[in-house]
Amino acid sequence: MHMADALISPAVGAVLWTATAGTIACCARKVRQNLDERKVPLMGVLGAFVFAAQMINFTIPGTGSSGHLGGGLLLAVLLGPHAAFLTIASVLVVQALFFADGGLLALGCNIFNLGFFPAFIAYPLVYRAIAPAGSSQGRRTAASLAAAVAGLQLGAFSVVLETVVSGISALPFSSFVLLMQPIHLAIGIVEGLVTAAVVGFMAKAHPEIIGAAPRSVRGDVGFRQVVVSLLAVATIIAGVVSWCASGKPDGLEWAIASVAGKGELKSPTDGVHGGLATLQNKIAFFPEYSFPKPAGQGAKEAAALRDAPAEGEGRLGTSVSGIVGGGLTLAVAFLIGFLLRRRVAS
Amino acid sequence: MSHHIVEVKDLRHSYPDGTEALRGVSFTIHHGESVAVIGANGAGKSTLLLHLNGYLPPTAGEVRIGDTPVVRTTLNEVRRTVGMVFQDPDDQLFMPTVGEDVAFGPLNLGLPPGEVERRVEESLARVGAGHLRDKPPYRLSGGEKKRAAIATVLSMSPDILVMDEPTAGLDPFARRQLMGLLREFRHTKIFTSHDLDMVLELCERTIVLKEGLVAADGPPREIFRNAELLAACHLEPPFSMQGCPVCGNKGCQR
Amino acid sequence: MAHIETALRDLNRLDLLAGGDSAIHRLDPRAKVLVTLVYIVSVVSFGRYEVSGLIPFAIFPLVMVAVSGLPPGIVVRKLLVVLPFAALVGLFNPLFDREPLLSFGSLAVSGGWVSFVSIILRAALTVGGAVVLVAVTGFAGVCRALQRFGVPRAFVVQLLFLYRYIFVLGDEGIRMSRARELRSFAGRGMGLRAYGSLLGSLLLRTWDRAERIHMAMLSRGFQGEFHARRESSFGRREMAFTAGWCFLFMLLRFVNVPRLIGVLVTGVFR
Ligand SMILES: Nc1ncnc2c1ncn2[C@@H]1O[C@H](COP(=O)(O)OP(=O)(O)OP(=O)(O)O)[C@@H](O)[C@H]1O
Ligand SMILES: [Mg+2]
Repeated sequence: MHMADALISPAVGAVLWTATAGTIACCARKVRQNLDERKVPLMGVLGAFVFAAQMINFTIPGTGSSGHLGGGLLLAVLLGPHAAFLTIASVLVVQALFFADGGLLALGCNIFNLGFFPAFIAYPLVYRAIAPAGSSQGRRTAASLAAAVAGLQLGAFSVVLETVVSGISALPFSSFVLLMQPIHLAIGIVEGLVTAAVVGFMAKAHPEIIGAAPRSVRGDVGFRQVVVSLLAVATIIAGVVSWCASGKPDGLEWAIASVAGKGELKSPTDGVHGGLATLQNKIAFFPEYSFPKPAGQGAKEAAALRDAPAEGEGRLGTSVSGIVGGGLTLAVAFLIGFLLRRRVAS
Repeated sequence: MSHHIVEVKDLRHSYPDGTEALRGVSFTIHHGESVAVIGANGAGKSTLLLHLNGYLPPTAGEVRIGDTPVVRTTLNEVRRTVGMVFQDPDDQLFMPTVGEDVAFGPLNLGLPPGEVERRVEESLARVGAGHLRDKPPYRLSGGEKKRAAIATVLSMSPDILVMDEPTAGLDPFARRQLMGLLREFRHTKIFTSHDLDMVLELCERTIVLKEGLVAADGPPREIFRNAELLAACHLEPPFSMQGCPVCGNKGCQR
Repeated sequence: MAHIETALRDLNRLDLLAGGDSAIHRLDPRAKVLVTLVYIVSVVSFGRYEVSGLIPFAIFPLVMVAVSGLPPGIVVRKLLVVLPFAALVGLFNPLFDREPLLSFGSLAVSGGWVSFVSIILRAALTVGGAVVLVAVTGFAGVCRALQRFGVPRAFVVQLLFLYRYIFVLGDEGIRMSRARELRSFAGRGMGLRAYGSLLGSLLLRTWDRAERIHMAMLSRGFQGEFHARRESSFGRREMAFTAGWCFLFMLLRFVNVPRLIGVLVTGVFR
């Protein structure tokens, strides 16, 4: 579910960066205020734990494929929402910088999609509601399942929306939603089961950890601030979408017609990160969710395209010179690099 | 200076799960003494050390560092006096580079930048790790990590140095180096170890723990000769005091 | 899993490279972070059918690699890992967007293919820029820059801690995974139940480690505050670096150099 820079527009990137930065600032203040300095190393090490945990996988019965922990919900259960959000954000920063998983501009989107929903929606509103402190393992399993699914569905939908608004990819909204939501339902179920298994183990081995971390989060100010900022972001996104939509003759249809997103995170079948093996899995995965292409889609698309702005190479005449120029520029760029290198080396 | 005296009186500690790790330990360690705490696995050595800088609160009994009782309100003072080196250096080196890590303590003491700089330099030089200054801890060998970890504590110029298994996991050369380092440290030293040869070389006093109680307290040479005591405590005399496996000579007494 | 293992190894390599010494390495991290961000924003701000305008932007990673003496291979390998993903997503564009947009003689190219190429280019450029940034700055450097830009201390500390323990725990994860594989036969013991307790015990060990680290911090006078020390300066060189690149990016953003060159060249030969 990591989004890449290549598929988002600067406006979307900036809006979500702002939202994420605000949430981080709020959470950092919260964590400091609570002055639970014991959490300082704990958060860091648990972030590293998420990486370590992803090296161990398990076989999903009946499918032959393997899955592993994503970690967002587990962190929220262990650390509470604010600390968990900071931890997830830090994991995503490392992935963006070192693993090229999701770009720097898309970092805001990724932190928001993968951090906000598990920490501030799924955990407090779903998990805690179903399994308040001291619940049985059965309840905890149900809560983990529901919360993981809810968090991932919201995150996936948010990916779809952000890509819609960016309008770089042409995958239609409906196909995109039909692709993302079911995949993330499957991922959510796996994530929920794994989280439940780990939480169950911890509850047996160290009951105080599972019992202690979750505090009441609904009532406190920080949480409310965060929800308000979420609403603000939603409003801004809605505003941008409708603005884009109204700017085009074909309205929303156009905005929606230009959608797609980067591949999967946390998928049981495709692994978290890139790699060719996952690519294979992915290709194998698609036919099950073959894109329904409603009748008349083609016509709509053509209409949408006609209305699409003729940016860049829109004019046929300039195409040849464009290619020649492009090739030359690239050659010049390489040459400059080469020469600089020679100079540095000598 | 009375400041360097460590006094432990009838110290008891039970972990939350009910394990009685210490069941009434008492001793006094004077300024400049070098003391080894030995005992079988699970005897309570680590638990005891963790009381010396107030990380674990006693279930009953008392610990005093000099005139100061170790209680919540005196923790800062105590931790300035007692420097603690943990068993796993990975736990102790948490900053991005060795230099920053060594500076962590002095900065927390609120020292001015010049002084911090001086201390970092000096303590790294003392453990022979000046060249490691800009390296990240995860790129050090086990012995280098250990030395860096000791430097992080030296930089706070503690009056009492407490170490949990300082030579565990070191190769013979690194162990030698470390022993040289410890010999140079003139203040009070307290450490736990399963390396009885090192104990014999470095310490004038040994405290033997057995199931949370002091089983013996005295010069190491005497204790290691007491075969009964050693067997009861699941210990063996150090190699240098055992018979030579080749010629069968009993204890090459130096 | 294999992927994460290689990713960790790459991370290790990138970090080693950051220890290099070149004019670029020595710049204040803030300058590099800032320039990279401007670069990425400039690249992605192009419209979806833009191809030629993107090409000159390759100059930034190329020059950085050249001047800093990074082995180009590491950037190329990162690109090879990431580009298939971009290609996969981009492939929907030719499927859904078939209106011809360009033509070479009788060959018509649909808008979908143009935007596909555009996506690939974008991905290559943005990923290249980011990889180069990390390779010449290092993670601690990036964190320091973030802190100077006003990112809350708690978050910066979190990042540093995370990074510090990735290696330690990563090794633990690999060891546990290997230990289990060696003792599981015909896939038995690889299921969810064993997995839960395996992860659980890794988590417990992690938790204990956090306690020990906390203990070590406390015994060195930690009272909830991290004190910054290292002062790096944003001097004239940094100013020049930042201003120079930003100016170039703006120029390239608004002047389509390849088309100019192309028109010139084809004009000369006509
Ligand atoms: N966190 C803990 N919770 C419960 N019991 C503990 C805990 N830590 C230690 N114990 C128990 O307390 C006893 C003393 O442990 P301690 O770590 O002090 O032993 P030790 O002498 O340091 O052993 P070793 O030589 O193996 O390091 C042991 O029985 C151990 O099981
Ligand atoms: Mg011990």
